[in-house]
Amino acid sequence: MNMIEVHGLARTFQAPHGEVNAVRGVDFTVAAGEIVGFLGPNGAGKTTTLRMLTTLLRPTAGTATVAGADLLADPVGVRRRIGYVAQGGGANPAELVANELMLQARLYGMSKADARTQIDSLAAQLGLQDLRTRLVGSLSGGQRRRLDIALGLVHRPPLIFLDEPSTGLDPTSRSNLWEHIRRLRDELGATVFLSTHYLDEADALCDRILIMDSGTILVEDSPEELKRRVEGDAVTIEVAPGTVQEAAVVVEGLPGTYGLTTAGDTLRFRAGHSSRTMIDLLRALEARRVEPVSVQVDRPTLDDVFLTLTGRSEEPATAGAV
Amino acid sequence: MQTLRDTLLVFDNQVRFTFRNRITIVLGLVQPVLYLVLFGPLLTKVGGMGGDGDTWQTFVPGVLVYLALFGAGFCGFGIISDVRSGVIERLRVTPVSRFALLMGRVGREIAILLTQSVIIVAVGVLLGLRAGVLGILAAVVLVVLLGTALASLSLALGVALKSEDQFAPLLTSAALPIMLLAGILLPMSLAPTWLDVLSRLNPLRYVVEAIRDLFAGHYATAAVLEGTLVSVALAAVCVAVGTRTFARENA
Repeated sequence: MNMIEVHGLARTFQAPHGEVNAVRGVDFTVAAGEIVGFLGPNGAGKTTTLRMLTTLLRPTAGTATVAGADLLADPVGVRRRIGYVAQGGGANPAELVANELMLQARLYGMSKADARTQIDSLAAQLGLQDLRTRLVGSLSGGQRRRLDIALGLVHRPPLIFLDEPSTGLDPTSRSNLWEHIRRLRDELGATVFLSTHYLDEADALCDRILIMDSGTILVEDSPEELKRRVEGDAVTIEVAPGTVQEAAVVVEGLPGTYGLTTAGDTLRFRAGHSSRTMIDLLRALEARRVEPVSVQVDRPTLDDVFLTLTGRSEEPATAGAV
Repeated sequence: MQTLRDTLLVFDNQVRFTFRNRITIVLGLVQPVLYLVLFGPLLTKVGGMGGDGDTWQTFVPGVLVYLALFGAGFCGFGIISDVRSGVIERLRVTPVSRFALLMGRVGREIAILLTQSVIIVAVGVLLGLRAGVLGILAAVVLVVLLGTALASLSLALGVALKSEDQFAPLLTSAALPIMLLAGILLPMSLAPTWLDVLSRLNPLRYVVEAIRDLFAGHYATAAVLEGTLVSVALAAVCVAVGTRTFARENA
């Protein structure tokens, strides 16, 4: 069953200098139980697409079914079945943590008793137990983010949208957050659709990645497959002093290697099937009596994928970026 | 039923939130009393407004409408921080009706306005106001309708402008002529023709005059009918505008 089905979804904004095509007719599907990520630079159209799918913004064209409800014909049905955590969160800084959670649960039609049980269990899962009597505004960035997520989950939605969930978090909070997101799917069977401009985040979390740029989806695949598209692992090998020329000859003689550069006693090159190549390489070096000092193989990262697809590197993400 | 429940949820949340800030509540109740105590006695000496009882029957309705204008009418200021912190967007993703999101907040303003009105009428009676219970109740209904209209409009404006820097000057510059042209402090019967004509364009004038008639015990007058129609129409239009603004997409 598909949790999200999108056909030709587009959004155009009227700007002083004419129309801006924020999203130019995208198509995709997300199956139940998947974690799917929107990856792309700022302004790619990720947030606009998310806001359309969460009923906050009316599409200018296209159709979508979200969690079994038609986006245009039954937005209330969509709202009932989804949880949405906006980029900047949505908790009132002047309100108590417990009050925000209770209000949210009640707005989704839960009884007080049901809401209490659910808030207790969510607070335990997300480490919010001791923060309930605190003002939202007094929480740290990581605590605040966990509260935002609790607010998005309190009504047990089968589908959760997270817009750049880890923006502005320190590394520990980030990896905790990833842990929580994985648990949503593994333990609760939820479908998660998130947007990010962190390549490592998409790589670590997502079953499937949609790479978005300038309002269109450039490519859609698993992180593994995407990385396989960037041919060759990066191999770095250091050899005993004075043998680098000898080693270079060996490398060039091996099939499936390219892009060789040398610096000092170090050689760098890319290899199509590195595991096979490495065995051949070490044997050939031994035959030539070249002593390798260290060998390192790096799998291509999504950074490389992004560079290949868009012709530019993902801009460095800054904390608090919009 | 669902809408009523949701409205009450939002209302309850808003009221609890308000009660945590007691100083604002006390100030909100003291200020209108100051108008009565520090300004009212002057009017009783000016004369030209009839006898002693008539002065209070003229002035207390003005203060009630003043409260609706400067209390409920300015409540949109408070929603701007909620727009900025993403609270409004979070609420808009819930299945709660947009009408309930608006009316829960309007309800809070009405609760405040009602409390203030009770105090104002009570203090007015202590100072010499004479008015029938029926007249007072009918007047309170008109004040509530006016407050509903102004609060809805103000919330819609807050959501649309999203900036205190724009909201505050816009509203203060609009509220002053509206107040003066409504004949809140002194009745428009004292005005020269051009001012009288100008003030007839102001819907608040009809509400003030209806309440004055009601306080004076004249229930079946043209002014009461006009004031009632204006209040009902204003409330209906402003609530519709407010609901639309809450439903509207904002990018």
